[in-house]
Amino acid sequence: MIEAVQAWFQRLYETTGFNFTVFYDPYDWDRYVAGLRMTLLLALSTILASLVIGAVGALVQSGPSRLLRGLVNGFVVVFRNTPPLVQIFFFYFGLGTLLPDVRTADGLRAPILNNVQWAILSLSLFAGAFNVEIFRSGIEAVPKTTIEAAEALGYTRFKAYRHVVLPLALRVCLPALNNNLINLLKTTTLAYAIAVPETLYAVKQIWSESQNVLEMMLVLLVTYAFLVGVLVWIMHRWERALRIPGYGR
Amino acid sequence: MSAPAPSDLPPSGRPGDLPVLLPFALADARPAARLRPAHLWLLCGLAVIALPAWAQGGAAVLSPLEVVIKWAPLLLTGFAFNVAISLMAMAIGTAAGVGLGLAMLAEGRVLPRVAWCVTQVFRNLPWLVLLFFVMFLVPFQVTVFGVRVPLPDWLKATFGFSLPVMANVAEIVRGAVRSVPDTQWEAAESLAFSRRQTMWRIILPQCAKRMLPPWMNVYALIAMATVQASIVGVTEMLTLTAQVHAAEGGRPELFAPLYGFALLCFFLYCYPIDRFTAALERRFETR
Amino acid sequence: MTRATTAGTPSAGWTPDQPIVRLVDVHKAFGTFEVLKGISFDVRKGEVICIIGPSGSGKSTLIRCVNALVPVTAGTIQVEGITVTDPRLDKLALRRKVGMVFQQYNLFPHKTALQNVMMAPLHVLGQDRREVEARARALLAKVRLAGKEGAYPGELSGGQQQRVAIARSLAMRPDVMLFDEVTAALDPETVKEVLVTIRELAEEGMTCMLVTHEMNFARDVADHIYFTDRGVIVEHGPPATFFASAQDARTRRFLSQVL
Repeated sequence: MIEAVQAWFQRLYETTGFNFTVFYDPYDWDRYVAGLRMTLLLALSTILASLVIGAVGALVQSGPSRLLRGLVNGFVVVFRNTPPLVQIFFFYFGLGTLLPDVRTADGLRAPILNNVQWAILSLSLFAGAFNVEIFRSGIEAVPKTTIEAAEALGYTRFKAYRHVVLPLALRVCLPALNNNLINLLKTTTLAYAIAVPETLYAVKQIWSESQNVLEMMLVLLVTYAFLVGVLVWIMHRWERALRIPGYGR
Repeated sequence: MSAPAPSDLPPSGRPGDLPVLLPFALADARPAARLRPAHLWLLCGLAVIALPAWAQGGAAVLSPLEVVIKWAPLLLTGFAFNVAISLMAMAIGTAAGVGLGLAMLAEGRVLPRVAWCVTQVFRNLPWLVLLFFVMFLVPFQVTVFGVRVPLPDWLKATFGFSLPVMANVAEIVRGAVRSVPDTQWEAAESLAFSRRQTMWRIILPQCAKRMLPPWMNVYALIAMATVQASIVGVTEMLTLTAQVHAAEGGRPELFAPLYGFALLCFFLYCYPIDRFTAALERRFETR
Repeated sequence: MTRATTAGTPSAGWTPDQPIVRLVDVHKAFGTFEVLKGISFDVRKGEVICIIGPSGSGKSTLIRCVNALVPVTAGTIQVEGITVTDPRLDKLALRRKVGMVFQQYNLFPHKTALQNVMMAPLHVLGQDRREVEARARALLAKVRLAGKEGAYPGELSGGQQQRVAIARSLAMRPDVMLFDEVTAALDPETVKEVLVTIRELAEEGMTCMLVTHEMNFARDVADHIYFTDRGVIVEHGPPATFFASAQDARTRRFLSQVL
């Protein structure tokens, strides 16, 4: 099966000149798959981390501490209004070089965080800043009277949050959240700039060595169309599963 | 570019009197005004990182703050270039996007489908990937009627940025036109307006206002995305920042203040746009 | 007067022959604006009282004070011997005794009718799910909503939602029910079905405090009527005498406008 596919692409190259090395050269294929894996790792970890950052930030913003609220506000404003690429550089080069090195098991000096970890950190903060705003607007959209009703039934503040406010807020902000998470998936390509071997990086390596820019561009296009498509599909499934009959519109 | 001798530098404050602490004290005294102290924190963050390094540096080595001040004119020129690219990309992208959006709303079967597909592709691909596409697949010069027109890298990058702008503007146009009630179309039709007349004279003027906030949002995004041009070899602010860093001997402690300066520039440019957009949104909502 | 020895637990001294709700000189101010200026009355077990009066006279605030949704500024409120105005009040204990129905229903839109009724007993009281579900189904049947268990609030009419809200409150097995203008937001056709439900409840002996604009209903169902204006009780009495021979000029003017 695999041999047949490889043979077909080899033939395609010999007869038409379309050189899809990834599909018959195992070395290129492995690089491509590794890049895809790295993109998935970046996307999944930053999505999760940014959701946590968003939830905690939104909670703090509705909390009593003025100082903490101000800090979260500042964080949101700064990260929303500066280029994510510069944020990555600032973290990786700026802070990364200021942090002390650690000694690895074999006695070598290594930075505390490698480039992949810095990319995950800064991308999570970037998307998390948007998520804070999104979650906050969701929580604010829950009517005060609904919370009052929960209180009148004996719910504590925490239980009312858990069973009434958060489920409703999540539904309100889901469309905006979808957008932001899809955007985050696209933004993971910026990790390329600090040499994180994700899909774009791997594909570019392949095309610079095999001189097949057009073909690899096509592969790149299909790859990202597929990844974004899958995420859109998942989020729409989720949105549909959470839809409340007769609620809103 | 030759670096001026250290003695040419403007005199800066003694390390003792920390001018950057002044805004910090101000920020603290202010009654937690929403989002207001944020500018200052950025400055402070920058300063906090810059100061210890400053203390380490000997007399011959410039402090990070001095380096930033010394190179600020050059870096700001780079920033102006980013702004220029973003404005051009926005102009091209908006023109193309309005056309694409109208194509999605056109009658017939083929044109709207095709336009929709184009929109989806350019909206959902990563901007950096689109940039690579344009940089590698568009030739460095084109021949029009026997005249060779060179396409410099920065122009190609501008095209690269205008593609996602086009797709996003197309979506904005489509959404806004769809939100105008059908009765407006019916009323125009009964007054014997043609479809084209209805669109340009009745529908689009109505939704222009509604399109403004999301359009400005797209602009802020594209302005921040222009730094990606440095990845594909176009000289702009980030490229210059890296060059400045190398020119100052590649000291690691200079990274944070230099990139911090870039952050600050973009923040000061994009934050007012963001606030203005939010204000417009609120005003249109209450109507 | 008996006082709760520990906040929240019903004092051993309370017996059903004493007033179940007792308000003594209740004051409430929002900032400098005084909404309640010394309200005192008792409600006996099984009694139905209606509070009427012009809008803005503090009726809703008064009823909200009884289950501590609104803290009072001065005065004492006791429910079954629980001192509501005690700062160490155990709100849960109070709210198990006092159910409340709101003008805007305030159902939880992401839960079905049945789940709305079941939620509080499960989450707040931690009762057994099977037992709670059986009780919830019985309550929905009682408010004539059998068959609507799986419907979401958005799929129900205003009157149906309000009856779900009543069932939701009853699921906590309260001793006192508060109704805050529960028909004010309803279409005229659906007002009746809600009033029928409340009347049945009253006839079963539930202690009810209602804020209402439905004068005919008040006349019909109430044991005692309180007329409030500008934060004080202007006049009160059993419906027969209250409606027939009001003494105060303000009461008479109000009644001539609404009747």
